[in-house]
Amino acid sequence: MALPTLSIAGLGKTYAGRGNPVEALCGVNLDVGHNEFVALVGTSGCGKSTLLSIAAGLEAQTDGRIEIDGQPIVAPGRDRGVVFQSYTLLPWLTALGNVEFALIAAGKSSADARTIAYEHLKLVGLTNFARAYPQQLSGGMKQRVAIARALSYRPQILLMDEPFGALDALTRHHMQELLTRIWERDRTTVLFITHDVEEAVYLADRVAVMSNRPGRVKEIIRIDLPRPRRYEMLGTLRFQELQKQVLDCIRAESIEAEGLAEVLG
Amino acid sequence: MNEQQTPRRRTAGLTTTEFVAISASVFIGLALLWWAVTAAQLVKPLFLPPPGAVLTRLYELAASGQLAADMGISIYRILAGFLISTAVALPIGVLIGRYQTFEAAIEPLVDFIRYMPVVAFLPLTIVWTGVSDGQKLLIVFIGTFFQQVLLIMDNVKSVPRDFINLGRTLEMPEHRILTRIVLPSALPAIWDSLRISLGWAWTWLVVAELVAATSGLGYRITTAQRFFATDTIFGYLLVLGLLGLATDQLMKFLGRRFFAYGEVR
Ligand SMILES: Nc1ncnc2c1ncn2[C@@H]1O[C@H](COP(=O)(O)OP(=O)(O)OP(=O)(O)O)[C@@H](O)[C@H]1O
Ligand SMILES: [Mg+2]
Repeated sequence: MALPTLSIAGLGKTYAGRGNPVEALCGVNLDVGHNEFVALVGTSGCGKSTLLSIAAGLEAQTDGRIEIDGQPIVAPGRDRGVVFQSYTLLPWLTALGNVEFALIAAGKSSADARTIAYEHLKLVGLTNFARAYPQQLSGGMKQRVAIARALSYRPQILLMDEPFGALDALTRHHMQELLTRIWERDRTTVLFITHDVEEAVYLADRVAVMSNRPGRVKEIIRIDLPRPRRYEMLGTLRFQELQKQVLDCIRAESIEAEGLAEVLG
Repeated sequence: MNEQQTPRRRTAGLTTTEFVAISASVFIGLALLWWAVTAAQLVKPLFLPPPGAVLTRLYELAASGQLAADMGISIYRILAGFLISTAVALPIGVLIGRYQTFEAAIEPLVDFIRYMPVVAFLPLTIVWTGVSDGQKLLIVFIGTFFQQVLLIMDNVKSVPRDFINLGRTLEMPEHRILTRIVLPSALPAIWDSLRISLGWAWTWLVVAELVAATSGLGYRITTAQRFFATDTIFGYLLVLGLLGLATDQLMKFLGRRFFAYGEVR
């Protein structure tokens, strides 16, 4: 097997904090192969964002290794595109301006930036909103711009932290279909965080389930659904089997995290 | 429910016309009350002169050019003092909001000085600079600068962490993150802080002019008091109020113009 693009081994993170330290991650092992789509599911607070921040180079681990193509991650870089959990469109720039912003930062000329930014807005179906400011966009549109921005400078790895977490169920489905379509066309390596099991199974090649805090990867489930993935697959038996498998795995964690063990356990 | 009884839908927001109408009614109501109290001779005119007398006096002062001269010198002082203060507070506030080293060096010191009552500086400033314009500027400066620094620091600290992280993932150099992300993001809030501190600047200017001056609105109030000319005092108080209201509204208006970012208004 070829060298994984993103390789995580024995990764641990303890936030020093004031007073009592918080152990967010402990012994995380996960490999994401070249052009593979891996979804990471876990309960709230289990350390998903922490893991993604370390992969993005925004935080340093306190233990273990994390590498891209064998090179340790020590700083943020444009080889990784990040879509954050919160909306991070800059409010003083238009949709187009926000994508251009990244391209200019990546060293493109302003003419090139404009062309490439426009192409990427087209990719997410927002050319009609190129001149709109973030506050004129719906939540789904904002995240589409954020995806366009992260893809625009062609990172080697896309890191996405619950990008659709704040959206309503219907919009969320549209976004999933859109993302699948884009990804299936020009594949890239993706680490996608979510706490939505259906979303994970629909999008991913493999689903990694995290334990409660301190988070580690508890189980990895291969999603052998054919591609291209279609919305209709949600109803198939195989989809539901896989969904059930992931759900079973995360259910125990969730029950524990919610303190429901004595009622539901 | 009877159709005719269906109440007109009330939303939380007022239209601009409604808003202005309510505000104006309060002003007019208070003016009427003032008039009624004086017309009924409930209070001696020396304590509360009738509105007519005050307006007549103001008209005389305006006609003789006195009012314009007093306003001119006071407006010049406040603008100069405020602009100097802002020009110094802005870079310092931004630096201590963004870099902890600067915060450690400057914030406690500013906090310490801020709690020294500005009026206590009056004798000192007179010793330093006499009763010149410089002394007024100095008082306005002392009164606004330290507050501005802390307000601006807070504004800069409130820039969403993920905006800065976005810059880092794009490998933007620190000075670019400061000028392209932190500043534009904090600017609307900074503008608001400036608006608020401009209100305080007015207070300190008048205090300085009351204590030691040979011109300006505050000076005219002191001399009027010596001659028991309460109509002049009231007239000047009204002028001060109106100037404050006008500058505040102007700042609000400009703020909305600058920082609307496509908001529908
Ligand atoms: N900067 C920090 N300092 C201290 N503790 C932190 C910090 N960031 C996160 N934590 C703690 O680490 C744990 C994991 O947080 P993290 O944000 O990674 O969880 P998450 O799985 O992304 O949660 P969610 O699903 O709610 O987004 C939490 O208990 C959180 O309180
Ligand atoms: Mg998170």
